[in-house]
Amino acid sequence: MFSPITPAHYLFVGIVLFVTGMICLLTKRNIIAILIGVELILNAANINFIAFSSPVLFPKRVPPLVLDGQIFVLFVMILAAAEAAVALAIALHFYSRFGTVDVDQGDELKG
Amino acid sequence: MSSLSLVPQLLLIAWMLPLASFVFIFLTGSFLDRRGRASGFIATAAIAGSFLLSVVAAALWFGYYPLDSNHQASSHPIRPLSGDWYTLAEFGSIKLALGYYIDALTLAMYVMVSFIATLIHIYSFGYMHEELHEVNDPQVILGDGTTLRRPGRFARFFQYLSLFGFSMLGLVIANNLLMTFVFWELVGICSYFLIGFYVERSSATSAGNKAFIVNRVGDFGMVLGLAALLTSCGTLHFDHYQTTNGAHYAGLFSYAKAIQHPASELEPAEGSRSEDSQSNPETPPVTLSGPKGLTYGLLVLAGLALLCGCLGKSAQFPLHVWLPDAMEGPTPVSALIHAATMVAAGVYLVGRIYPLLTPEVLIVVAVIGTITLFMAATIALTATDIKKVLAYSTISQLGYMMLGLGTGGWVAGLFHLFTHAFFKALLFLGSGSVIHACGTNEMPQMGGLLRKMPWTAITMLIGCLAIAGAGIPLWAGFSGYHSKDAILAQVYLFHTTNRFLGWIYYLALVSAALTAFYMFRLWFLTFIGQPRNEHIFGHAHESPKSMTVPLVVLAFFAVVAGWSVPGTHWSLSALLEQARVTPLLENSQVPLFGNVVIPHEHESHEAQIHQLVSLEAFTAGILGFAIAVVFYGARWLDPAKVCQRFFGLYRFLLNKWYFDELYSRLFVRPVTWVASVAAWIDRAVIDWTVDHAAVAVRSLAHLDDWLDRILVDGAVNRLAAAIYGMGEWFRQWQTGRIRNYILWIVVGLVSLFILGSIYFGLGMHLVVGAS
Repeated sequence: MFSPITPAHYLFVGIVLFVTGMICLLTKRNIIAILIGVELILNAANINFIAFSSPVLFPKRVPPLVLDGQIFVLFVMILAAAEAAVALAIALHFYSRFGTVDVDQGDELKG
Repeated sequence: MSSLSLVPQLLLIAWMLPLASFVFIFLTGSFLDRRGRASGFIATAAIAGSFLLSVVAAALWFGYYPLDSNHQASSHPIRPLSGDWYTLAEFGSIKLALGYYIDALTLAMYVMVSFIATLIHIYSFGYMHEELHEVNDPQVILGDGTTLRRPGRFARFFQYLSLFGFSMLGLVIANNLLMTFVFWELVGICSYFLIGFYVERSSATSAGNKAFIVNRVGDFGMVLGLAALLTSCGTLHFDHYQTTNGAHYAGLFSYAKAIQHPASELEPAEGSRSEDSQSNPETPPVTLSGPKGLTYGLLVLAGLALLCGCLGKSAQFPLHVWLPDAMEGPTPVSALIHAATMVAAGVYLVGRIYPLLTPEVLIVVAVIGTITLFMAATIALTATDIKKVLAYSTISQLGYMMLGLGTGGWVAGLFHLFTHAFFKALLFLGSGSVIHACGTNEMPQMGGLLRKMPWTAITMLIGCLAIAGAGIPLWAGFSGYHSKDAILAQVYLFHTTNRFLGWIYYLALVSAALTAFYMFRLWFLTFIGQPRNEHIFGHAHESPKSMTVPLVVLAFFAVVAGWSVPGTHWSLSALLEQARVTPLLENSQVPLFGNVVIPHEHESHEAQIHQLVSLEAFTAGILGFAIAVVFYGARWLDPAKVCQRFFGLYRFLLNKWYFDELYSRLFVRPVTWVASVAAWIDRAVIDWTVDHAAVAVRSLAHLDDWLDRILVDGAVNRLAAAIYGMGEWFRQWQTGRIRNYILWIVVGLVSLFILGSIYFGLGMHLVVGAS
């Protein structure tokens, strides 16, 4: 009665994560919450990498299992850590500039 | 030739001195006016210097060419000095240059012109002294009823006198007709300036205009004559000349000789005159240059055309009308114009171009001279303005000169020019003295002035005697006696050979009587009898020394100018005889008029002719004098009653033969009529067209302007507004809020994915297919 786990399941999880992250981006005004949304989206992408590297998708490949997707995920995690460091620095500057972490207050580029 | 080579240089300096004075006064005039008479001294010094240099030049000339009783036998053949000082341009044989042509006539004219001009300059010191300070001109009434007050123009007067002297001297020394013409016009413009000296008086300006315009009529003919000679001979030089490339060309006189003697065509120019091989043996043969178009008929036409200019300048019928009006100028100017410069130029030019004049032209000269001298003499009978009488007497005397020249009396005509210069300058300066004393020109306002101004009266009496030709027949007399008798003798000779023109002699004799009559009428009316206006008489006084001294000097010359130097044969007429030129075809049959003979001048010196003419002229003069005594001296007859008796004739003369009216009808009115028609056409047609074209263009411009504003500007503005509105609309999306941007990114991406999946599937089949 249980069907095996297919890439579609992974992708479903990824979609859920992505949409959650996107909603977080769109609805939160706190800059830290937005950063969290960004991390969620990154992880949604990571799950997609894993899903698309599944051997089920490449039955004629020899050898059938390669870890390309997993290695990409490791790179993305490292990049995400670096990005978080930069983003937190921006958040700090934002705070010292505007005295708040509400991104709606930083609308100086309004046309 | 060493002493002679100085002569052109001396005359050049003499010629340039008045020009220098003119330029100097012209540049510093307003400054000099504040220094009083300085300008007068400069001008007088210049012209006096010219006189002295002329005398020296004449002395050199006559030292080299002494006056022998028969100059042909002289040791040196007499040859006029000719050359160019300054070459303006050369076109083949045509040479435009300022040059000199010097013979005894040139020198005599130089001495006479500068001498009389010097005296007139001196006289002007006294006459024009009013111009030293502010002048009140009573003849100019301004709009508010007051008379004009203006600054004095002493410097300007002397400036013009200097220019006048320069122009006349240039005219005299010219060696080609073009140069003559240039100075001819300069003389004309000077007379225009000086006649119109009182520019505020409308009569003066119109008199100046009249003089100038009437002279233009004559000059038109003169230009035609120049053109005819230039095109047919290729030169306007009198004598032969050298171009800068060394070629020798013959002058006009050679062409005229060649017409007369076709065989001599290639001889050195001037026939007998040019054989100066002793002095200059290497003179190359002179070639007749230019197109060989000069025929006898063309020479006649050219002569007549040149004569037109002379008639205008010398105020001969029918161009005499300007001279009486020219009396509007200051009296010294009248004297200068009448004696030495302006009117003498015409007679001088006839004398100078005499070798070019064919007998046909000479007959025209003689007839016009006769008409002029008689007409002017009759008009002078009734004139009451003292200067007008003298003006008409000038015209009449110029008629004598023309008559003398026209009948072959070259020496006689020019001799009269010289004697007339002295006594007419004297008479004009005397009349100026009278006018200065009386403040009026009208002789009926004068009378009895002999007691008040004896010097003027006596010198003017001498002038009257001279112009009337008074003298003891067959012995000696005043200067006019010698010159007028010479003319009459020549005319008598002419009338014996050409019977159909005999009336010329009788008119000349009658005019001699008329001359005596009107001159003594003038003298009696002015100086004798009871004063007719006590107020004017009371204020009259003798003029200052600067005015009487020139009178006395001129009176001396008016007496002696005709005499020969005691013990020698040196006299003015002998001096002119040296330069005498024979007319074309003298003493021979004339092609166009079969039976006309221009007599040889020497034949009129025959004793029996001279005695006869002398006695007749004396009788005529006495007759005129006697009539003047009857009417005005002793008053045995009342002139007014005689005028009433012959009222028609009197009115005819008083209106100057109606010449002004005739010209007014013939020329002035048609011209003004044509001008008014032209003005109407100008206004009605041309102005109308231009105005309406302008209106049309303006409405077109309005339309264009409207189109510009509505269409072009509209399109541009609308586009700009649209772009602005677009910018405004886009602006609202630029919120500056990061979440909005992200939302639109998401919306965009999702839209892209949806569109991509609709059109390309985007690999969904992989996912779907795999599952």
